[in-house]
Amino acid sequence: MRIAVITFPGSNCDHDCYRALKLTDGVAPEFRWHRDTDLGGVDAVVLPGGFSYGDYLRAGAIARFSPIMEAVGAFARAGGPVVGICNGFQVLCESGLLPGALLRNPSLRFQSYPVHIRVETTATPFTSQYRKGQVLQVPIAHGEGSYHAPPEVLAELEGDDRIVFRYSTADGGLAPEANPNGSAHHIAGIVNEGRNVLGMMPHPERAVEELLGSTDGRGIFQSLVHHLSAGATP
Amino acid sequence: MTNVSTPGTGTPEADPSAERPEPRPGDPEITPELVADHGISPEEYERILRIMGREPTFTELGVFSAMWSEHCGYKNSKRLLRLLPTEAPWVILGPGENAGVIDVGEGLALAFKIESHNHPSAVEPYQGAATGVGGILRDIFTMGARPIAVLDSLRFGDLDSGRNRYLFSGVVKGIGDYGNCMGIPNIGGEVQFDRAYDGNPLVNAMALGLMKREELIKGEASGVGNTLMAVGARTGRDGIHGATFASEELSEDADESSRPQVQVGDPFTEKLLLEASLELIRSGHIVGIQDMGAAGLTSSASEMAGRAGSGVVLDTARVPVREEGMTPYEILLSESQERMLVVARRGQEEEVRRILEKWELEAESVGEVTDDGFFRIEEGGRLVANIPALPLTDGCPTYEREGIEGVEVQALREMDLTSVLEPEGDLSNHFLDLLGSPNVGSRRWIHDQFDTTVRTSTVIRPGGDAGVVRIGNTRRGVAATTDCNGRFCYLDPREGARAAVAEAARNLVCTGALPTAVTNNLNFGNPLKPHIYHQMREAVLGMAEACKLFETPVTGGNVSLYNETDGRAVYPTPVIGMVGIIDDVDRVVGSTFQQEGDVIVLLGENREEIGASEFLYHFHDGTVAGYPPVVDLVAERRLQHGVLALAEAGLLRSAHDCSEGGLACALAQSAVGGDGPARGLRVKLHERIAPVALLFGETTGRIVISVRPEDENEVLGMCRNHGVPARVLGTVGTEGGAFRIDAPRGLINVPVDQVHHRYYHAIPSYMDREDRSDDARSQIDA
Repeated sequence: MRIAVITFPGSNCDHDCYRALKLTDGVAPEFRWHRDTDLGGVDAVVLPGGFSYGDYLRAGAIARFSPIMEAVGAFARAGGPVVGICNGFQVLCESGLLPGALLRNPSLRFQSYPVHIRVETTATPFTSQYRKGQVLQVPIAHGEGSYHAPPEVLAELEGDDRIVFRYSTADGGLAPEANPNGSAHHIAGIVNEGRNVLGMMPHPERAVEELLGSTDGRGIFQSLVHHLSAGATP
Repeated sequence: MTNVSTPGTGTPEADPSAERPEPRPGDPEITPELVADHGISPEEYERILRIMGREPTFTELGVFSAMWSEHCGYKNSKRLLRLLPTEAPWVILGPGENAGVIDVGEGLALAFKIESHNHPSAVEPYQGAATGVGGILRDIFTMGARPIAVLDSLRFGDLDSGRNRYLFSGVVKGIGDYGNCMGIPNIGGEVQFDRAYDGNPLVNAMALGLMKREELIKGEASGVGNTLMAVGARTGRDGIHGATFASEELSEDADESSRPQVQVGDPFTEKLLLEASLELIRSGHIVGIQDMGAAGLTSSASEMAGRAGSGVVLDTARVPVREEGMTPYEILLSESQERMLVVARRGQEEEVRRILEKWELEAESVGEVTDDGFFRIEEGGRLVANIPALPLTDGCPTYEREGIEGVEVQALREMDLTSVLEPEGDLSNHFLDLLGSPNVGSRRWIHDQFDTTVRTSTVIRPGGDAGVVRIGNTRRGVAATTDCNGRFCYLDPREGARAAVAEAARNLVCTGALPTAVTNNLNFGNPLKPHIYHQMREAVLGMAEACKLFETPVTGGNVSLYNETDGRAVYPTPVIGMVGIIDDVDRVVGSTFQQEGDVIVLLGENREEIGASEFLYHFHDGTVAGYPPVVDLVAERRLQHGVLALAEAGLLRSAHDCSEGGLACALAQSAVGGDGPARGLRVKLHERIAPVALLFGETTGRIVISVRPEDENEVLGMCRNHGVPARVLGTVGTEGGAFRIDAPRGLINVPVDQVHHRYYHAIPSYMDREDRSDDARSQIDA
């Protein structure tokens, strides 16, 4: 299946996502440029990490206005699977495709190291190949990753089983010291109401090779392939 | 004894027929004071007069001032640098280009270089460090190479000063924000804290880039009639005379008044510039490209002309500017960041512009390549400067100064340190204290702010002996490290430089990489002072000796002089950036213990040396004295070969160099340093030397390895065959167990969790203080 990786000016994980997809059986990744207006009939879309347009105003705030985002929005509203990683998550929130916002880390510092995240739900196109409660080791690398949303939105996310990943300890416990950026409800990743749009701060594309320390991120891409080849809705 | 010379044929005769520019209205008159203000000595001015055959215009004076500054002209270091070995079969491009380039096999080439941004960082730590990273990355991608990793070598004063904490945190954030935005993983480096760096921190950034061999492009302005294009950011008034500024001593009140000479970085534009440059180079529409770094348009245009043996004509009125009313002088000397000069093939300017537009960048034709050998500047068609290009770039006078060792250092070296060696018995508290010093403790506080895993190629992240990244889609890896112990170099610059090269090589072999080539950053004080010149000469001699023996040629680097505040110089700090190649990244070795029950072996010998140690500095009120550890280069070479053979045979579970804090701290770093659980250990030492020296002395040439119990005999046998002293020290203990070292007259016995705690809180215990910002602010205002 064909999966598009969107390159904004300032994207810097586009090639990493491309590589991770390429290493996934059954996937043919393609780049799409921010000025493109057409996704070209792909089966899924990945918004990679980086600093789109420099992120000088607010992470993702400019990227949402780029031509390609109109196409991505239409694709998502039609039920097409979209994954936003790190800056991609920020772009999805800024575009209104996901609720909430990613605020500056309370440390006021960029934070980059491997963290543990717990799989909260397998009922998404992105997590069906994991076990519920499974703990993954995946790196984070961001300065603005503190997920926040109004209480009613958080309640909705909880109630609708839309929290996909939470930061946890190595054995799956929730603790303030295991929540690297003070995210509300330890949230590391969520899906939209239609469950076809995933946003997450950790970088699964950096956890697909043993040599580089972890293969725990593979499941997301494998789940996506599984979903697309089954033609099923979650 | 000062001795002046010009490389090549001596001062060229001026061409009397060369066209003379009229003085530009509003330009100041050339007076001896104005010449002196430009950092040009009376003798150098004489030489300028001979080259020009007339008095220079104000614009021409500015151009000479920048090109003949220490920063661009290397006038006090060039002769010493010629002593360094620069050649080997695998060297594709040695010193003199934007970066050195070596062959790394499979048709690939590695460009790498280190560069300093010390002065700007002392004044504006965030922007100074950020633009330092930006500059070195441009040096790499203008060779046609995609940057694959950055490292940094940093020096600050002690962290109990608020000002130093402000500088440290600003520099770390600046490096991080720039590299993170560019998406280049930071894979390591080093930092040391010592009061010798108060007021004059050192910020050296190193970058590595990868290309196909045939994609290598040089910074040359060749092909008469080809078009010079200014690319990237617009030119503003920032950083004018930065190169000259970098070639002066700092004064106490330099902070505020020097701010305008510091540039501001824009990593987003740089990222676009990176992508656009690589696309341009591959397109074949350009013949040369160069960063407008130090001395901006002046140095890029004249150096490109100088290298190609051609000439250039530039019209400053065509350079895109940020503000109105900029004079040719300002446009030529601006150091606005994220700009490049490109030489487009004649008639292909539109294609060049199209590629840049794709990346939302501007490109403007500003001049062309000529064949008259002149660096010719016009302003809207009116001639404002006309200088022979070669004498401008290569004719900078070079000096061999008088060098005499300072008496103070001689006295310090002879200081009686016997009382330092007295403590015996339970030294657990000494150990924990030392491990908790910022010079020994974990650097995680720094690395956590750097993206270390972007580009999905980082095999060893910062915190090990050297960083390792996979080379493209191959099985090969490149390891890189930066090293220098300034205290060793202060007490004995030649021995210290030898030690720096040896440590860099040890760090590389600990990961399983073969040391291959070197880039260096020579950070010194004012070379006009005999004791400083002595340090420079000795350090270069030591470096040359070690690099020759190790077959690690120096392919380039940077010289930063005048690192002084109020007349006090930093330690001589000749930083070695070394790269090494690993044939199979699956064979990479980490620095931390892997398994309970593994056997710990020491390679090398323990000697009773405590001079220049962190122990001495830490427990004796900042004392830096005694003889630095002796370096046996031949034994180091055997050690390197031995460790590589062990790594190759897959016999190493871990390997870690002994450096600051000595053997006890090296063992602790292997026990608690990784991402895995902290493991205790049980070690017995036999040497009947003072326990302080045995545990904390910084004797060189030692590596702590751990091996599977069943491999012990094979490992010891291989070491014997390689002539490497090896001795079993003990075994790796349980998770959370005891960390215990027994010596004939000393003991360390603490729970490993306590070791872990002290190690990881070394830097945070200073940096997470509540008072940080206020403290720093009061220091700035003062």
